[in-house]
Amino acid sequence: MNLRRNWIAFQTIVIKEVLRFMRIWVQTVLPPAITTALYFIIFGGLIGSRIGEMDGLRYMDFIVPGLIMMTIITNSYANVVSSFYGSKFQHHIEEMLVAPIPNALIILGFVAGGVCRGLTVGVAVTLVSLLFSPFSMHNLGVTLSVVLLTSVLFSLAGLINGIYAKSFDDISIIPTFVLTPLTYLGGVFYSITMLPEFWQGVSHLNPILYMVNAFRYGLLGVSDINLWLSYAIILGFIAALFSFSLYLLNKGHGIRN
Amino acid sequence: MPKALSIRNLTKTYRNGFQALKGIDLDVEPGDFFALLGPNGAGKSTTIGIIASLVNKTGGEVSIFGHDLDREKDAAKACLGLVPQEFNFNSFEPVVEIVVNQAGYYGIPRRQAYERAERYLKELGLWEKRHETARTLSGGMKRRLMIARALVHEPQLLILDEPTAGVDIEIRRSMWAFLRKINAEGRTIILTTHYLEEAENLCRNIAIIDHGEIVENTTMKGLLGKLNVETFVLDLARPLAQLPQLPRHTLRWVDELTLEADIRKEDSVNQLFTDLAAADVQVLSLRNKTNRLEQLFMNLVKENRPS
Repeated sequence: MNLRRNWIAFQTIVIKEVLRFMRIWVQTVLPPAITTALYFIIFGGLIGSRIGEMDGLRYMDFIVPGLIMMTIITNSYANVVSSFYGSKFQHHIEEMLVAPIPNALIILGFVAGGVCRGLTVGVAVTLVSLLFSPFSMHNLGVTLSVVLLTSVLFSLAGLINGIYAKSFDDISIIPTFVLTPLTYLGGVFYSITMLPEFWQGVSHLNPILYMVNAFRYGLLGVSDINLWLSYAIILGFIAALFSFSLYLLNKGHGIRN
Repeated sequence: MPKALSIRNLTKTYRNGFQALKGIDLDVEPGDFFALLGPNGAGKSTTIGIIASLVNKTGGEVSIFGHDLDREKDAAKACLGLVPQEFNFNSFEPVVEIVVNQAGYYGIPRRQAYERAERYLKELGLWEKRHETARTLSGGMKRRLMIARALVHEPQLLILDEPTAGVDIEIRRSMWAFLRKINAEGRTIILTTHYLEEAENLCRNIAIIDHGEIVENTTMKGLLGKLNVETFVLDLARPLAQLPQLPRHTLRWVDELTLEADIRKEDSVNQLFTDLAAADVQVLSLRNKTNRLEQLFMNLVKENRPS
């Protein structure tokens, strides 16, 4: 009975989350597609043609995986942080807290919502990329698993941000001052082999580097990073962030008085 | 049969050191319509928050229909429906989705959830608004939406925290009728309200909480029976030259056409009229100065104030 009840509760949270971002698709799905199209036109088309090849690939083709991954990361994060904080702000998180839903299931529900948004926008951006770059798939399994795991990871990170957030300012600080710089410095637009040795070492501290490169490997078969190391890093972060978010919800941090 | 609600030595101390609950004990019988009253800041909402798992308690035990909130949390939660004081739904969601989603959180399959949502939204006069977003509803409709949402998983115990606050009298009375009906069907209801007339009309048992302590816990009849003196307002047919002196009752001027009269518990209203007639005072109408429960409530709260 509990299993069935929990499954229905999980489905309900996911449906609610998906309907939430689909109701406002003009704010959630369309802008990333337009922004990425601009990246392709400016960086890939106008500037990229003067850069030449990177890792043996046309610059436009090189940046496609990174831009798709950047979109998935930012949208997974943004979906969960805004949804969770919104539910705190309007107090409708209480709808779940009064019900017999385990905290782990609340986390999984919000994360699944973030993954759905990340993948929806990821597909939209991939479709836009086809206008500029031919479709390429080196390893479908690696591509899908890396997309899914990265989306889970950043949904969890968004959830923790949402748990701690006390104002709307708090939900934009991390994306602006942490997530965006890490993404841009995570090898989206360049290969880290271009950097001096010291900065290559520093770049290895950036977890996004591992995700972008693993995804690039899945699509194009090239990577600056060992694939299995990337998996280990992503899974390690997921385990740590899930445990931490569960700890916070169990303590009632930010949601219970 | 286990108590609908059993609270033992419940304490809550907030991080700033404020002691909101100082070890309260409370029992509510199954099927009861129970009033939990108290002035603002007395500890009512903290108590309800703890029962509904929205506030972490500092100490004590709470069980709902025999299910301990610490040891059998899920079973206890499944027995409870909550209508909170403040609107706590997603105001951008359509009405029907708010109710259906709540059912889903309790494990009710979506088709069945829609059927129940239809039943409760119809009963509460919101079915026509089902596709509209909640923010477009009036205040009274929002309150009724929260009642429908709280009932959709058919809880045995329903807690309503000021459900009729800000609602016009017509809707308030229709909500009273609805609550009476679901109570008559066997559902236990705990009500907090600042409208003491509401508590007097609906509830059979009552607890009054003040400064984090239960200062009275009895039947409504028993409590009202404790009122020693009632004050009535008399509207006169013609102005009086001077204040009549009656043998058994104290009279006071309000204005030249209105008097106030105190009637002790052992005296009757008939006797007052006999005395007034003897003094050649013609009365057009008579009403209570305050609601009886209100008067008792004020007395109890005043007694509990630190001197």
